[in-house]
Amino acid sequence: MNPEVKNESMIGLDTQNNVNQFLTFMLAGEEYGVDILRVQEIKGWDTATEIPNTPKYIRGVINLRGTIVPIVDLRSRFELERVEYSNTTVVIVLKVISKETEKTIGFVVDAVSDVYNVTKEQLKPSPDFGNAVSTEFVKGLATVNEKMLILLDIDHLIDSQVVENAEQVVQ
Amino acid sequence: MTIDLSQFYTVFFEESFEGLEIMESELLELDSQEPDIEAINKIFRAAHSMKGGSGSFGFTDITQFTHILETLLDQIRSGDHQTNHDEINLLLSSVDCLREMLTAARDKTDIDLEHIQAVQHDLENALGNKTVKKKEYEVAQTEQENTGQIKKEWLISFIPQPHIFQTGNDPLRMFRELEELGELNCTVDISKLPPFEKQDIEECYLSWKLTLISDAEESSIKEVFEWVEDDCDLSIIRSSQETNEMESVSPDFVGSPDVNNKQKAAQVEKFDGDRRIGDRRSGDRRKSRDRRSGSVSESTSIRVGIDKVDALINMVGELVITQSMLSQFSEDFDVSNIDKLCDGLKQLERNTRELQENVMQIRMLPISFSFNRFPRLVHDLSNQLGKKIELKLSGESTELDKTVMEKIGDPLVHLVRNSLDHGIEMPEERLAAGKPETGTIHLNAYHEGGNIVIEIKDDGAGLNKDRILQKAIERGLIKEDEKLSDERIYELIFRAGFSTAEQVSDVSGRGVGMDVVKRNINDLDGSVEIKSEQGKGSVFTIRLPLTLAILDGQLIRVGNQTYIIPLVSIVESLQTKVENTKTIAGDVELYRLRNDYIPVVRLHSVFNIECDSTKLEEGLLVVAETEGQKIGLFVDDLLAQQQVVIKSLETNYQKIEGISGATILGDGTVAMILDISSLFRLYRERSHYNDSSILNTQAA
Repeated sequence: MNPEVKNESMIGLDTQNNVNQFLTFMLAGEEYGVDILRVQEIKGWDTATEIPNTPKYIRGVINLRGTIVPIVDLRSRFELERVEYSNTTVVIVLKVISKETEKTIGFVVDAVSDVYNVTKEQLKPSPDFGNAVSTEFVKGLATVNEKMLILLDIDHLIDSQVVENAEQVVQ
Repeated sequence: MTIDLSQFYTVFFEESFEGLEIMESELLELDSQEPDIEAINKIFRAAHSMKGGSGSFGFTDITQFTHILETLLDQIRSGDHQTNHDEINLLLSSVDCLREMLTAARDKTDIDLEHIQAVQHDLENALGNKTVKKKEYEVAQTEQENTGQIKKEWLISFIPQPHIFQTGNDPLRMFRELEELGELNCTVDISKLPPFEKQDIEECYLSWKLTLISDAEESSIKEVFEWVEDDCDLSIIRSSQETNEMESVSPDFVGSPDVNNKQKAAQVEKFDGDRRIGDRRSGDRRKSRDRRSGSVSESTSIRVGIDKVDALINMVGELVITQSMLSQFSEDFDVSNIDKLCDGLKQLERNTRELQENVMQIRMLPISFSFNRFPRLVHDLSNQLGKKIELKLSGESTELDKTVMEKIGDPLVHLVRNSLDHGIEMPEERLAAGKPETGTIHLNAYHEGGNIVIEIKDDGAGLNKDRILQKAIERGLIKEDEKLSDERIYELIFRAGFSTAEQVSDVSGRGVGMDVVKRNINDLDGSVEIKSEQGKGSVFTIRLPLTLAILDGQLIRVGNQTYIIPLVSIVESLQTKVENTKTIAGDVELYRLRNDYIPVVRLHSVFNIECDSTKLEEGLLVVAETEGQKIGLFVDDLLAQQQVVIKSLETNYQKIEGISGATILGDGTVAMILDISSLFRLYRERSHYNDSSILNTQAA
């Protein structure tokens, strides 16, 4: 059992049946899910201030009621084709734990989709793709209502790559 | 009734640290030959409250330690004990020990038990010395007492007021203390005890009648009640039935040296036992440390004067009034009211600014918090180095931001140590040079504009220019034929790996330190300046901004991006002339500014962003100064100047080269604040990178 599940039982969520809730969103036709307890808010896309010398997928920073929050474009993070932002484009603001500190980071996605209950039995580990696809930030796959959800490990998403890439840019 | 004591921990620690500071400063002023009773009393009181507090919170090691300290202080106070210089130093080191123990208790970390045991032992020895000394002239007396000691019976009536527990006093504790004086009989009066349902757990309804058979004097009994005198009705009467019953009283209470020794032996044994327990505990702690690492967060607090809080409340009141006035306009708005609306908005602006200033005031603390540690430092170091030094402090009430204060502490210590070690000469040298034997170090602080200025002045030897130059050439920091102004020469001592001390002492001379000093001060957006005259002394002047939370900024524009340059680092802004621009090797651009050549840093190329025009003459050049070096920042346009609140980028992201933080502008968008020195570093790295790539291609 991972620590997050323990947390949920502490705040009294229904975990008797090992059910986790995931917020899902669309990205290039696929449905991805993130742990709903990490979601702080969902807001529409608004222009961000660019940060110089950062990787392309860092869109910049926004003012979220007085705090400076970086915005990650998940499409370019996954090296997907870039599209114009539409009126369904949203920013999901998540709490991410990176190097033992909690950070608030916004992610630009195509659209929000739904909230699903995923039991532990439904959760399958992601198959080994070899080195072809970087999958360290995929927590697992789940099938709900005949649909495949890709469940993301957001801590990894930010931890391993952002820093690394930033260093590359500096170099 | 159980109260979660942990909620009071912070208060206890804060008070204890304050107490330690009081003890330290009093000890330093104490004349070892004729101790001032008032000062001893102050020290005693501080130790006593710490003992009480640590007892209630269960820090038994601290209680034991302070108890011994207190006993020694008590002896000094009553004049039984002759103090000497070594003992003052012993007391000082016990203050250090206590600080260590308190810090360890607060952070839940391990302590150097052996060191503490050693100091504790020294303290016990000091106590022992006294007994020996005392014995010499008391032997005769003791013998006399042994034969005819009079046991007195004291009748004590103790009726505490209901709120006694709130003052932190516990009758039980006092009775235990009384018991140490002799045979104690205790009768409790429960007549005032209300029915159960009406009882308030925090009130004391009990009173006591005590009979004490002891050879103690009235004063020592009174001392037990010293802390509650004002909160109780107390009468101490000597009973008429004097008991002259040497035989009936157990010999333990007769001051025979034998028994004392036995008791002491027992005590020492007990301490050993404790140590074993302590060791085992520390072993456990080490195991659990990994798990806990990082979780011990240091929450700090500031004490704020009530007048400052009152001023704030007043201001918030005004703000509320202005706000309600403005909201009234919106209800039935009429064009004729527009003047009133403007007035209201102006008032709002004034209120906000005042409120802002006052909130900033709360973070301001007098610099004496930082200066206070220096008397001790100078005292210790001058002893160690065998120099005679007087420390003068002035401007201690100058206020500055708490965060700035915390960060300036270490650099100041370095500079003072440096003056002590390198500046002030040995007494013989001073006399030979016709100067008074005692050297002076003067610490001064004052406000100047939006800055605080701290001066460290000594009347020592001053900086030796030739030696600095020679050393710098030796170390390859400068070239042999380089011509440098005096200021540039002095600045060399801030370079890493530079030290002119002929001997490396444990005080200084390793050449680390001064560069750290410089860097720390620069990190705070401050500067340090040296003036020195050989044979007369040197002055180090540190200039710091008053606060780190807000800065005056110049908004600039590059392409569609807005950046902020701290106003303090801007020298001037100008339009460039083509004929003044020179390009070296087709890569490095220089601009001739009067008699200086300054490198041109193109913000758009350093940050890889779009700009209106790459032609220098179409934009503006902002001349900024960093670490004594002027650079020209090429930007598209200058916008407004305004105060900005600094927000951290690192909270949610990470540090970005060339940027010190971000802020939120009036329209709610975010703008980056430029860090000139790291920007210049970035620029240099880039051009260096380009240079080497050019070289590489040539080589290929």
